[in-house]
Amino acid sequence: MKKPYQSLEVNITNNMKKVIHRKLSKNILGLGLIILLVFTASLSAQEGDPAKGKSLFNANCAACHQLDKKMTGPALRNVEARLADEQGLDRAWIYDWVHNSSGLIKSGDAYANKVYNEYAGAAMTAFPQLSEKDIDDILAYTAEVKKEAPTAVAAAGTGAEAGATTGGVSNELVLAALAVLFALLAVGLVLVNKTLRRFAEAQGVELPEETKRMPLWKAFVKNQFLMLVSAIFLLLAGAYFIYGYLMQVGIDQGYQPVQPIHFSHKIHAGDNGIDCKYCHSSARVSKTSGIPSVNVCMNCHKSIYEYNGETSAEYTKEFYDDQIKKLYAAAGWDDANQKYTGDSQPVKWVRIHNLPDFVYFNHSQHVSVAGVECQTCHGPVETMEVMYQHAPLTMGWCIDCHRTTNVKVEDNAYYEKIHEELSKKYGVEKLTAAQMGGLECGKCHY
Amino acid sequence: MKSLIKILAIAVVLVAVSCKKDTAPNYQFMPNMYESVGYETYSESTAFRNGVEAQLPAEGSVARGFIPFDIENTTEGYELAKATLTSPLDSTQVDLERGKALYDIYCGICHGNKGDGQGNLVKREKILGIPNYADREITEGSTYHTIYYGKNAMGSYANQINEEERWQVVSYVLKLRADLVK
Repeated sequence: MKKPYQSLEVNITNNMKKVIHRKLSKNILGLGLIILLVFTASLSAQEGDPAKGKSLFNANCAACHQLDKKMTGPALRNVEARLADEQGLDRAWIYDWVHNSSGLIKSGDAYANKVYNEYAGAAMTAFPQLSEKDIDDILAYTAEVKKEAPTAVAAAGTGAEAGATTGGVSNELVLAALAVLFALLAVGLVLVNKTLRRFAEAQGVELPEETKRMPLWKAFVKNQFLMLVSAIFLLLAGAYFIYGYLMQVGIDQGYQPVQPIHFSHKIHAGDNGIDCKYCHSSARVSKTSGIPSVNVCMNCHKSIYEYNGETSAEYTKEFYDDQIKKLYAAAGWDDANQKYTGDSQPVKWVRIHNLPDFVYFNHSQHVSVAGVECQTCHGPVETMEVMYQHAPLTMGWCIDCHRTTNVKVEDNAYYEKIHEELSKKYGVEKLTAAQMGGLECGKCHY
Repeated sequence: MKSLIKILAIAVVLVAVSCKKDTAPNYQFMPNMYESVGYETYSESTAFRNGVEAQLPAEGSVARGFIPFDIENTTEGYELAKATLTSPLDSTQVDLERGKALYDIYCGICHGNKGDGQGNLVKREKILGIPNYADREITEGSTYHTIYYGKNAMGSYANQINEEERWQVVSYVLKLRADLVK
């Protein structure tokens, strides 16, 4: 019977302790708050959580806003302080704007209309799903002081470069040391030879005199058989090389021209995994695979104005950023004001893959109908920093593939009947492109 | 003497072979059979004032089979499309498989193959702020308008996919949204 009473007692004491503790912590918090308020008045605006704000910002705002750069919408660094100082607008106005900007514009709010017109009538999407707490978090993130990250990165970069150059120097040093060593060895051998001869002379040992012999080339010329064999050999070797040279005329395998804009397929197709047909969209539907017009580049590069990936000594961040600037010049895009100037320049890309005029080739037939992977003919493009021609593009190369590749007849009503008849004729289950007439001259030459 | 000439010949051939540079195109046997007389795609041409073969069509011309899109590229146009524009494809013409293939090529890289706004470029933090379709009130009309003209940072895709393909993508986008909202 004692137990409940005891436990009650324990409970009471526990509660009492807790109460005391709570009061104490409250006092400390209050004191801290007063101290904070006294020392930094501006901190009162930062009650949001900047870390949460960052993820919310990236998920909802970053499509149109950046912290330090004007994009579709204005830069948002310290937006709250800016609005309060310049326009006298408080946080309630920001809530209204984010929740329903078009409503605010319609209500005739002066600054709302000014911003709307400044950005050419691009209405900001309403975000009713963001609570006031969420907006507080985002504002806390925008109020963060800008980090001086770029300089640190640059310093690290130069450090790495210095490391690389020292590596080069040490390699050269090792080679030079080796060369010196060999030179010393050679000198040593000569000296040893000399001393030995001197010893021989001093001790009266007779050194065998070198007898005058017929020069080697004269002996060679006098030997009729050797002359005949070597003549035949040289003729054959010459024919082999001349044949090899003539056979590669007109073949541009490995052709790797310097393009006006250094476009890295490795970064776009490899690292970022953009589908080939995103840019070369006409490969699906037309004869040519198509060089994308710069508006396709601008689909992404409106938002991506600098390069932040891997760099090397040859391809630095500045180098890649310059290429993006070249693109902006070609498209006539004014990055600072986020506007097209209308002053565009066509890019003079250098054509790499070019079939002779006497042969017909159609991309859509291979890409859309046959479903051939781009890499089958163009090689590992997604690894190429600089694009080059992978295949020889000779007739033999075409024919080889037609002989060995089965035609994709599934789900293609067009082939049903012809496939049935031809497979009966050849007595095979699957038809190659050659059996479908892929070797007929007139298929490609007409 | 004979062999000397041959050695010389080989040397010439070797030099010729080694002169082949990868940054310049190779020699051709009969260039007039290789080079097209007609204008080749994207070639330079003196026939036009700006020197390129690829010319814009005359203003106001309409390509065969092309149906002009009447709704304007404005916020009002977007709202109009959202409220009134509907897909011309009926249920038998909608090919979600093709819609998916096209969506994965052109849209999935940012919007994510599930439409959740988590495409590869977003995951790699190249482009941020792509919305989840479930968070947006979109209709057939508004999706088509956005594909046709672009919206905010998104560009127009009218030159990469044709009208019918755009509507296939629209059908697929709405299917993705329905799956996400579920």
